[in-house]
Order: sequence, then structure tokens, then C-alpha cells
Amino acid sequence: MADPVLQIENLSKSFDALKATDDVSLDLRPGEIHALIGPNGAGKTTLMHQISGALKPDAGSIRFLGKDILPLGIAARARLGLGRTFQISSLIPEFSALRNVMLAVQARQGSSFRFLRNVMHDRTLVAGAEEALQRVGLLARASVSAAELSHGERRQLEIAIAIALGARAFLLDEPMAGMGPEGSRALTGFLDGLRSEAPILLVEHDMDAVFALADRVSVLVYGRIIASGSVAEIRADPAVREAYLGDEG
Amino acid sequence: MNLVASRERFSPSRCGEKDRAKPRDGERASTSGPPLSALVIEQLLNGVQLGVMLFLMAAGLTLIFGVMGLINLAHGSLYMVGAFACASVAAATGSFWLGLLASLAAAAAAGAIVEMVVIRRLYDRDHLDQVLATFALILVFSEGTRWLFGSFPLYLDIPPALMGAVALPGGVHYPVYRLAIILAGLAVALGLWLLISSTRLGMRIRAGESDREMIGALGVDIRTLYTVVFALGAALAGLAGALVGALQSVQVGMGEPVLILAFVVIVIGGIGSIKGAFVGALLVGIVDTMGRIFLPQLLSALLGPAQAASLGGALSSMLIYIVMAAILAFRPKGLFSAGA
Amino acid sequence: MTRERSLTFVLLAVLLALPFAAQALGHPFYTTLATRMAILALAAVGLNIALGLGGLVSFGHAAFFGIGGYAAGIVATHAMNAEPLLGLEIPASMPVVWLFAALAAGIVAAVTGSISLRTSGVYFIMITLAFAQMIFYFAISWKAYGGEDGLSIAMRNGFPGLNTAVPRDLFLVAFGLLLAGLLAFWRIRVSRFGAALQAARQNELRVAAVGIEPFPIRLVAFVLSAVITAVAGAMFAELNRFASPSMLAWPMSGELIVLIILGGTGRLAGPVAGAMLYVMLEYWLGGFTERWQLFLGLMLLAVVLFARGGVVGLVAGKPGNG
Repeated sequence: MADPVLQIENLSKSFDALKATDDVSLDLRPGEIHALIGPNGAGKTTLMHQISGALKPDAGSIRFLGKDILPLGIAARARLGLGRTFQISSLIPEFSALRNVMLAVQARQGSSFRFLRNVMHDRTLVAGAEEALQRVGLLARASVSAAELSHGERRQLEIAIAIALGARAFLLDEPMAGMGPEGSRALTGFLDGLRSEAPILLVEHDMDAVFALADRVSVLVYGRIIASGSVAEIRADPAVREAYLGDEG
Repeated sequence: MNLVASRERFSPSRCGEKDRAKPRDGERASTSGPPLSALVIEQLLNGVQLGVMLFLMAAGLTLIFGVMGLINLAHGSLYMVGAFACASVAAATGSFWLGLLASLAAAAAAGAIVEMVVIRRLYDRDHLDQVLATFALILVFSEGTRWLFGSFPLYLDIPPALMGAVALPGGVHYPVYRLAIILAGLAVALGLWLLISSTRLGMRIRAGESDREMIGALGVDIRTLYTVVFALGAALAGLAGALVGALQSVQVGMGEPVLILAFVVIVIGGIGSIKGAFVGALLVGIVDTMGRIFLPQLLSALLGPAQAASLGGALSSMLIYIVMAAILAFRPKGLFSAGA
Repeated sequence: MTRERSLTFVLLAVLLALPFAAQALGHPFYTTLATRMAILALAAVGLNIALGLGGLVSFGHAAFFGIGGYAAGIVATHAMNAEPLLGLEIPASMPVVWLFAALAAGIVAAVTGSISLRTSGVYFIMITLAFAQMIFYFAISWKAYGGEDGLSIAMRNGFPGLNTAVPRDLFLVAFGLLLAGLLAFWRIRVSRFGAALQAARQNELRVAAVGIEPFPIRLVAFVLSAVITAVAGAMFAELNRFASPSMLAWPMSGELIVLIILGGTGRLAGPVAGAMLYVMLEYWLGGFTERWQLFLGLMLLAVVLFARGGVVGLVAGKPGNG
């Protein structure tokens, strides 16, 4: 089996008395979708923050593509290929969808210290951004400012940005949140195809999507991983049923 | 724009009173004039006096920022309003004490009016808008005051009860009025502390500092609270202006140098913290005062009088800002956190 | 052509026409006014890079304005006294002054910016103010170059091919610089650097999340902004034949911000509109009453509260989102 793209070992983070992340170990293998589920407040987003570099863990290690990324900041990790989307869409409001994605293409291409050329006339930037928008189905809305996009379109835009920055692993934080059934179905189909490009660590509440997409599922409760395995295994696991799934499984 | 005095007018070392002879640059204190220890004590007290006045300014500023999230550049204007009110009422009635009351009332009223007409619209705006709008208020206040009172300074006399000097241990003769200012300032600090910690208003203020949205939801009348806090801060500033007005002349633009120092104080102390404002104010007051007197002497001992004269003057003026930058380097949010 | 671009051209055309109108109407003072407008506009263009594009509320740009002014004064003084500066024989030439101004301001901006930009919000505003105050106090204590009295420029530094003692020629230099500054601003705004800078203003986290470090971008913007404002300061001193410490005082920082807000923050023509409006108010209103700043204050309040986009915002609406 190929080496995991992302490897987290014994990660811990406390806020005063609260153990937000309690000795968490998990990995992300090439070509897979690994879903991370758990009740609200379990610490899923805190874990995402630590992987992406927004928070510093108290203990443990994170290796990405074989490299220890703990000393690196958010931007450095993104440049290595860690493509994160946010639980609450975080975009550049005055920029159009196209320009939002162009920023990612620009970052991927290297230097932002170019002063003379107009970005809109830079074919590589525009074409690269259009391609990513096309893939998520937003090309028709390319010139609309991010502030004016609908909620669902903003989620799509975040994914387009992650694609455009050349992600070697996707960290998706509740991409389905707030999407209606049609949008969720479309996005589920899309993510299914996306996994071949780069593996996905998917934090989600939408169980239909999780069961349809996930190769593996890990369950986070009060900061600890209480179970990890295939979809079938997780659905059958009594501890998981009790803590989280209830009778849904 | 000639809003700024070319030097810090506020420091007591440049007041209109008769000062004791200070040793000139290059001369050692002990060979001419008063003993060094007496000088140190005197300047230390001056520093405390400056600090206490800065605290009055800084407390208001930090309250306003802590509770309402607003940067108020017009605070120096409120200081000026207090001074002018005191001077004009004292001249009209012959009573310094009536003037003092007038300064509190006038500053509080000015503060309340400004809050209701202008400031209220700025709470939701970004800091740039607040800076600009309150900067505009400075212009309005300054020019308005010039229009009303003319460009010549007003004079405010120390009340007879507080004239003269008192003998202190260590061979120091210290002006009664300055001592009174120190005591008044400390009394206000105590009063403010009691207000914040033990009254209902204080409780609302503390709640407002930690969670602005929440107290609205809890049914506290935010609008009135904000007006009261602003007026309170204004009154403190006005009081400071009136008290200092008797030491120096009362003129347009007197508030701006103080304002800048007060901002340094709250940045050092931690924006939103009254305790920080107190500690910061005393620190700034003492460092600034002692620095101006002793740094040139220290430099002249090290470098020789010629070099020390220009360098010393420059460094002592810059000293407070250097201290601020150093503190921010280690504690980017100041010494104390908000609400402390 | 967009409305904004038309406005820019109109304003520049009017500005350029002023000295000629001055001559035709027999009011040579208008040329001085126009020069003042061009110089203040240039200073505001500089600040507009940091503030308008980058969202960096610098309350200390007077420091760079003043550094430029003193560069002009120092070069002029040394040339007049035939003294070498830093061991070199410096010609009394404006381009040389600009080089010195740019270097000095650039270094100061790099050092102070690398400290200030580690803070944000109100702390950034305060620390930029503090650094400017430091430089102000340093300048008024520097007896060798005038101290509190400032530095006179008896004879203006020269510019090849023109006679800077003639008001119209001086105007042309200032106007040329303004055009160059506007061109630089425009290119920066539409470039990759400008995209990163403006994005960082709106959402720092998102910029980092795509892999761009905001800090170096902002630092470079701060330095560029300082350099342009410094060159404007040098010209200001030449115009007035005087490098005054008041150029370094904090009300000057406020004035620069006012110029941008009146005209329209982040807009290409904003600084030009703001400077022209401000100088006109100063001259015209100031002719009626010495208390003209009262009305300036009221006008500024009105703009901040009700017309946030400034003159350009009123005339040309919101900027396109590209």
C-alpha cells in the first residue's frame, strides 16, 4: 500500500481545562475519501485548524507527503498542496469568482511580486481559473462578485480555489452545509470524481453523503477518535451508534 | 494645520510657575543648586503628577474603546473644553472651584451631545472611519473655540487655598497645588475603581467590555449606557484640562499633545484595561519627566556636553515612544488585557 | 471609457490647464496653487497604496513626507555652502534629492514597517503614529539642520532642462511626477502584487490559505508607499522653499488621510480629486474666514458619515470588480 499522503499521530490540544483534541491519530491514503464525523463540539474544526496551520497543537506530529509540517505556517502548508475549505465560506468579497480563483493560480505559479502586468490579461492565470470554475460548474458566474454569490455557489467556489491551488490533499470542512438536496447530490457526485485527483479528508454532518462517498470513516467524540473503519463497520459499531448515529445507521 | 504645539506643553518641567533652578547640561547637580536627592524626589513627584493627569485622559479613552470599540481622537478637545470652561467661569465668578464644577459639567455635556449626534453612528464602522470622523471633530472644536474665544490664551489662577509650597522630607519644597492634583487624581482613580467594581453601572460597563452584543440581548439600555460612558470619559478629560489649566495657559490645541501621550499610555497598558491605564500612565509620566531631566545629564557624562545637548533633547522626547515600541515588541497587546 | 477613467482625465486636464489659465488671467498665484495640488496629490497617491489598496491605516505617513522635505533641504543647504554631504560632492539637482528621499524613506519604512506590521487594528494605527512622532522629535532637536525652525531652501534644486525658479517649470516637474505616481499606482493595482495586496485587505486568512504570505506583500506596499510620499515631500519643500518640522507632525498624517477620504479611498483619481478639493477649500474658504478648517471638519464629517466613497465615489460609483 502506498504511503499515506497525510499522517497525524498522537495529536493533542487543550484550551485551559478543555481537551479539544485528545491523542488523535489518523491518516489519509492516496485515492481515498476519509470522512471525519462526530457530534457538534467534538473538535472536528479544531482538528482541521491544526492540520491547516491555523492552530498549534500541544503535542503530536503531522506529516504531509512525508514531510513534518508542524513548523510551517498556513501559507507554506498551502503551497505544499494542502487545500482547505472552510466551515464558513471565507472568500474575497469584492473580487469576482474568477479573481478569487485566479489568486490561487497566482499562488501556485510562484511569485506574487509582479508589478507590471495586468492580471486580467495574463492568459495562464485566467485560463487556469476558468478551468477550475468549469469543473465545479461555476463558469457562468465567473464575473459575479463573491459577496453576491449564493450560499451554495460560495461552497463551490471554495472547492474551485482548492483545485486551482493544485491541492495534493483536500481538507473539506462541511462542504454540504446549507445546501439543498439537489446541491448536495451534485456535490456528492463531484467529490466522488475528485478523489482520483487528490485524497479528501471530509468533515461532514450529511450522513447520506458520508455513506455514499467514504472509503473510511473516523468518529470523533469529545476530541477522541472512538472508532475508525469502513462505512459498514462504523454503522455496525455499537459505541458509535450510541454516541452519534442513534438509530440512523 | 497648526493644531500641534511644537513641544509637549504638558510636562510640568515647562510650566508657568516658578521652577527651582535646574542644573544646566554638563554641570553636575551637586556642585550647583539643590541636592540631587531633592531634585530626584521633586521630579518623581512631577512625574506622578503628569501620570495622574494622563490617567484621567487615558481612563476615559480606554473605557470608550473597551466598551464601545471606538477610537476617539476628539478626547483632547474635551480636555480643552474643560479648561476653557473652568477659565471663563473662574474669571467671571472669581471662584476656581465654581470653574472646576463648570469644567466637569461642560465637558460632560459636550461629550454627551457629540456622542448623540456623531459618535453614535460610528460604532459599527471600521477604525479608519472613526479616526477620520473624530479627527474632523478636532477641527470643529478647535476652530469653534477660536471663534468663540479668539486666538489668545486664557489665564487661570491657582486658587488661594492651594498656593505656595510645602516642605517635604528630603529637603524638597513642593508646590501645594501640584500635590493637590496628585491627590485629586488618586481620589478619582479610587472612585473610578469603586464605580467599576461595585456599582450597577460599573457592572454594565464590565459586561459591555466583555460582550457587546450580549448585554443588548440582556435588556440593558445600550444607547444610554454608551452615552453615559462617553460623557464620563469626557468629564474626566475636562477635569484634567481644568486642573492643568492653572499650571499652563489655556489655549486651543492644548489637548492634542496630551491626547497622543494618552494613546501611548493605553497602548502600553493594554487597550480596554483601567488598571493598565493607571500603570501605563504612571510609567509614562515618570519616565517622560525623569527622562527629560536626567537623560541629557547622563549623556553629557558619557559623551561630553556638546554632543549631549542635541542628542539628549532628541532622545528624551523620543524616549516614551521607544519604550512603547519595546513593550509592544514583547507584548503586542500591551501589559494588561481588556477588562482588567 | 469608464466613468472613473474619464474623471481621472478631466481632473488631470483641469490641473494642467491651471497654470496657463493663471498666466492668461494675470493671476500667477494659481500656478502655485496648482503645484501645491499636484504635490499633495502625489503624497496621497503614495499613501493610497498602503491605505487604499492595502487597508493599512498608517497614521504616521507624515514621517515620510517630512523625510523627503528634509532631503531636499539638506541637499540644497550643502550645495549652497559647497559642503560635501556624507563625503560626496552632491549636485543641487532634484533627481538626486528624489534618490536620497526615496532611499531614506525606504529604509525607515522597511525598519518601522517590519515592526508595525506585526500588529493590527488600533495598535497598528498607534505604532505608526508613534514612529512618526519619534522622527518629528528627532528633527526638531537636530540643530545642524534647523531644529525647531526648520530648514530654508534659498535656491531651489535644479531640474535638467527647466528653470525650477520659474513657477510654471516647477509645476511641470510636479505634474510629471504626479503622472508617474498615478501610472505606478495603476500598474500596481492591476498586477499580481496588487491582487494579493487588495485580497489581504479583505480577507487575510483566505490569502494565506491559498499559499500567499500577507506580511511580505504588505511590507513592500508600505515601503513603496513611503517612497512616493517622500518624493512628494521633497517637492513640497522646494515649492515652499522651506522644509518645516510641521511636515513631520501628526496633523500632517491626518491631512494626508483626509485627502484620500475626500477624494475616494483606493480609487485612482481619489488623491487628485481630494487634493484639488482640499487646496481649493483652503484658498477659497480661507479667503472668507480664518476659521475655514471648521467647515473642512464639518465637510469631512459629512463625507465619512454619508458619502463614504468620496468625490470619485459620488461621480463614478463603485469600482468594477474585475
